[in-house]
Amino acid sequence: MRTQTRPVNQQTGERRIRVLIAKPGLDGHDRGAKVMTRALRDAGMEVIYTGLFQTPQMIARAALDEDVDVVGLSILSGAHNSLVPDVISELNASGLDDVLVVVGGTIPMSDVDKLYQVGVSAVFGPGTPLERAISYIRDHAPGRDDTL
Amino acid sequence: MNGLLDRFLDGDRQALARLLSHVENETTLADEAMQALADRTGSAHVIGLTGPPGAGKSTLANEFVRQTRNSGKTIAVLAIDPTSPISGGATLGDRIRMLDMQDDDGVFLRSMASREQTGGLSLAAFGATMILDAFGFDIVLIETVGAGQDEVDIARLADTVMLVQTPGMGDSIQAVKAGILEIADVLVVNKADQPGADETVRTLREHVRQSTTSGWRVPVLAVISSTGQGIAELISTLEQHQRMTSQQVAFEETRRRQRLHYHARMLAIRELARHIERNQAGNPGWSDPHQLAEDMLNAFVQDRTGNKPTSSAKDHRAD
Repeated sequence: MRTQTRPVNQQTGERRIRVLIAKPGLDGHDRGAKVMTRALRDAGMEVIYTGLFQTPQMIARAALDEDVDVVGLSILSGAHNSLVPDVISELNASGLDDVLVVVGGTIPMSDVDKLYQVGVSAVFGPGTPLERAISYIRDHAPGRDDTL
Repeated sequence: MNGLLDRFLDGDRQALARLLSHVENETTLADEAMQALADRTGSAHVIGLTGPPGAGKSTLANEFVRQTRNSGKTIAVLAIDPTSPISGGATLGDRIRMLDMQDDDGVFLRSMASREQTGGLSLAAFGATMILDAFGFDIVLIETVGAGQDEVDIARLADTVMLVQTPGMGDSIQAVKAGILEIADVLVVNKADQPGADETVRTLREHVRQSTTSGWRVPVLAVISSTGQGIAELISTLEQHQRMTSQQVAFEETRRRQRLHYHARMLAIRELARHIERNQAGNPGWSDPHQLAEDMLNAFVQDRTGNKPTSSAKDHRAD
């Protein structure tokens, strides 16, 4: 287990979790994504929202440049079984295999296990209390140990 | 795996991204990295982009990046958004308007939360600019909300400052003319297809007519970011400004020295502030803040000169 988390201010011990909220694919329903963006910001995180209609490549590039700890995918189109594995393989190809991937949206219970198998850490379906998603991300944002 | 610095010097994008996080978090690793990279800075054209919210800065940046890439130059964009003073969190939304070239290796887009409550540009913005410069980008574009102290700080950080306005802001030009017009090297009237654009351009031209500091007459350019109209002229104007300033050796020297000095000043103040936080001593019975400040400074000096230093990158030098 790594104990060192993302870069921590040596003096203040401050650590800001950075989260990318992304809408992959062709679904235009972004209320959930925006609500999560706001909730995570209010929980003290730095949240980058990509906007709609993102390809897996665009999401991986944004996650790389922005050096996020967490990628949250919001999908209400039903295409999660193809989009999520694509995003995760793009993330891995960019060397981001330690990024925490969570999924929100309309995901049938029967698909949840499939998403876990491809590397998703948590699925937050409709009705998930914001507090649960926030504390999950806070507790599971990955560690890092960079050396100069 | 190699350390971040080696990977950075190899042009590894992830190492760049991670170093920027260290800079944001003001870690000792960041201090060491910046000391190692200082000699590699100074070749990028650092451009500041400021203006009121809603003026179309991100859309302008998007089009600016696209047309800059056509000329083959590489460009990094540092988009600074405010940190919530309540939660400490931030929403960084500039990527939304910059979707077009996210698969181009010659473009790097990084969102940064200001993390400052005073409204000024943070130490991290200066550090991040250094890092992006050292990575080798031809242009570093810093986009900031033009509010409060930002305006002054962006002039300290950037080689060239462009200020974006929109038509129909009426009296806001009055409000703007005192402070911000003085720091702008290029004035841009965006959304020039909207009513009142000509009027705005004319008013701004009148305002800048008198001021020709150091041989540069501040140009006023009308652009339409959403269609790209006028952006090519803007790019060549910014290049002209860079040529003009780099030819005037004295001017260029002064500018660089001021930036270095201001950056160093922030670092020094940070060290002092950290020292004070760590040693919150003092007699609770005191009522004289001046005496207390005197004691803080004395303790700092003593710590620095007498005892072993307890902070700063010096800790990690093998001596």
